[in-house]
Amino acid sequence: MPSQPVSSAAPHTKQLTGAEIVWATLTGEGVRTVFGYPGGAILPIYDALRKYPIHHVLVRHEQGAAHMADGYARASGEVGVAVATSGPGATNLVTGIATAMLDSVPMVCITGQISSKLLGTDAFQEVDITGITLPITKHNFIVTKSEDIGPVLRRAFSIARTGRPGPVLVDITKDAQQGLADFNFEACAPQPHRPHPMLSAENEAVSEAIDLILNAQRPILLVGHGALESGATDQLITLAERLHIPVASTLLGLGAIPASHDLSLGMMGMHGEAWVNQAIQQSDLLIACGMRFDDRVTGALTSYAPNAKKIHIEIDPSEISKNVKADVALIGDLKEILETILPRLAPRKDQSWVKAVNALKGVAAVRDIKNLPDSGHLYAAHVIHDLWRATAGKAIVVTDVGQHQMWEAQYYKHDAPRSLITSGGLGTMGFALPAAIGAKMARPDDEIWVIAGDGGFQMTASELSTLVQEKLKINIAVINNGFLGMVRQWQEFMYESNYACSPILSPDFVKLADAHGVPGATVRTRGEVAAAVKAAREADGPFLINFLVEKEDAVYPMVGPGAALDEMIRRPANGHNPLLETSEEP
Amino acid sequence: MLHTFVALVEDKPGVLTRVASLFRRLNINIISLTVGRSERPGVSRMSIVAEAPAGAGHRIKASLFKLESVFDVDDVGQLQCVTRELALIKVAATPQSRAQIFQLSEIFRARIVDLAPESMMLEITGAASKIEGLIQVLNEGDNQILEIARTGRMVMRRGQHTSHVLEAFQLSQPEDEPIIPLTAEKGSENLDVISGDPNHPM
Repeated sequence: MPSQPVSSAAPHTKQLTGAEIVWATLTGEGVRTVFGYPGGAILPIYDALRKYPIHHVLVRHEQGAAHMADGYARASGEVGVAVATSGPGATNLVTGIATAMLDSVPMVCITGQISSKLLGTDAFQEVDITGITLPITKHNFIVTKSEDIGPVLRRAFSIARTGRPGPVLVDITKDAQQGLADFNFEACAPQPHRPHPMLSAENEAVSEAIDLILNAQRPILLVGHGALESGATDQLITLAERLHIPVASTLLGLGAIPASHDLSLGMMGMHGEAWVNQAIQQSDLLIACGMRFDDRVTGALTSYAPNAKKIHIEIDPSEISKNVKADVALIGDLKEILETILPRLAPRKDQSWVKAVNALKGVAAVRDIKNLPDSGHLYAAHVIHDLWRATAGKAIVVTDVGQHQMWEAQYYKHDAPRSLITSGGLGTMGFALPAAIGAKMARPDDEIWVIAGDGGFQMTASELSTLVQEKLKINIAVINNGFLGMVRQWQEFMYESNYACSPILSPDFVKLADAHGVPGATVRTRGEVAAAVKAAREADGPFLINFLVEKEDAVYPMVGPGAALDEMIRRPANGHNPLLETSEEP
Repeated sequence: MLHTFVALVEDKPGVLTRVASLFRRLNINIISLTVGRSERPGVSRMSIVAEAPAGAGHRIKASLFKLESVFDVDDVGQLQCVTRELALIKVAATPQSRAQIFQLSEIFRARIVDLAPESMMLEITGAASKIEGLIQVLNEGDNQILEIARTGRMVMRRGQHTSHVLEAFQLSQPEDEPIIPLTAEKGSENLDVISGDPNHPM
């Protein structure tokens, strides 16, 4: 090594420990916040942290660290970073990594590993985390040499954020953390990103797509998470407005175009509104933009949009014709492809299709429920609607998974991209609170609301303590119905109301918050909602509201699993329907 | 139907697992998978034969490409290719029955590579059908087959190279690096290489 004149050739080269290289590389990549939990095999890295301008958020469970990094990434569009020790620290990350994988979230997880000489010996806290996470990461690495840490971490960031984003795990042995190596951030730059060789938006396909769009009588744009990742909001709005194309969204696509836009139809699929799904079934052209035709979106594939041609614009070629056969596939970045197409699309005058879709709305639409009379029941729909009003739709809402998540998607109108953060693909209960902490770290000036059910909130409620330790202002709305609500709903619809193990006892959430020094309020009636929300928003620190809502309400409409998209279960007219309890015209 | 892919991958630990795991996840059975060094240092070449529905080729290929360890994939099932498989077959043979096996091996262009008092070993290279033909004839004869070892199929496109992507992304060595020329399918020295001559590693 001394004979190699490395340092004279590269003036920025310094000799650092592997642990220092980790932080130096993260600093170089622009990381300012990481979420983690120390332990034996990662102590050298923690020891070196004090020398670098990076804030570490100490979590209460590593799953929280992964969700926080995920929330940070979704809120900011940057790579989130989670750190954990070997063994149980690493395995606790797994659910969070899978959540990020299913929703294509850019994330880098750094785990400590026992010394390289002990690998494979079942040493204390050894686990094969690269083996475990192989199918739930975009890629993973094990690093056993100090000099490899810089290049591998930089490649990990490149992989996480390019193409279809995803989580990358880097497992670093303790001896690699402790050893010395020359480090030069620039010299560690990865080879230029290898674009997927099947990316193609060739002239022929573009022309075909343009022909289909211009000749369609009943087109619909379907937007998904890819629209947010690509930043294609402006192009989508231009396309929709120029040709009068209604826009339906997946759960993760909400906010890609403003919900208040005339052409926005809101969410499609299992809990989309009936008329949105009917419009899709009647359309003659679906333009799918950065979405993957998930089963929750399509219903039965055999009867999905039977008369529609499909144009699939998608960055991941393996999604093409996976579930729904694409007539034309444009593979690449959505924004770039739309920019190629737009100049060749002349405006259309005919608005009859938009009018027809609006006519479908009829009484089926979820109506403005501002003036619902107080029937003595508190409904989640009320709560979320009032929350939307109170925050003027401008808050970042982080949801958990279940009924409240679907009500949120129906009643909270998101006008801005990255203002709804939710676990879609994996459907991870316990996601909301830690993800909200991550989102708040990324966007400290934004108002953040957690909406969680009583079941999911208890899965990661320990992160309340993290929230307090970090002095973060986050408001928490627990939609408490005493059940694992979505499970109960499925049991009601499909298992003859046999509520096996779905009733759940919860602690008094307000007292739980109080034990953390967090103020709170319990709300039982509609009349109390506004005051409680106001109190939460005005509180200096975090605030928790325990909304005791109707126990056996269900999310309507619903496409049963395996049913056709327009065969929806509708709210029974004689039931406790908060929407019908209004004299408002539709 | 059978799909055949050629994948050029990083020559590093764990890459085989990543490729195999992908087929496992897609619930597709691998019929054969051969791995060995390619013409470029650091790049291994895999020939993968898998049983999957007719329309699955695109998705398998696209998914293979998504692996960071994979440089290039070629779905060669429908293309003009040379496909070869090598088999070693050990047959029970007495001095009296040897002559018959010599004859058979002549017809199938197999070679006798080992002769023991009670057995003989045949080496045969060719399309899978040719190997299966020899096995069938041996089975039908009086000579019991004691062992069979097969490599699985190796595939190379005729004419066009599979590895063009490597050049496009400058993952290859400098251009003046000598590249082993594509050889025709004839020639016993090639077979020697495949048989594992230590001086000519595969």
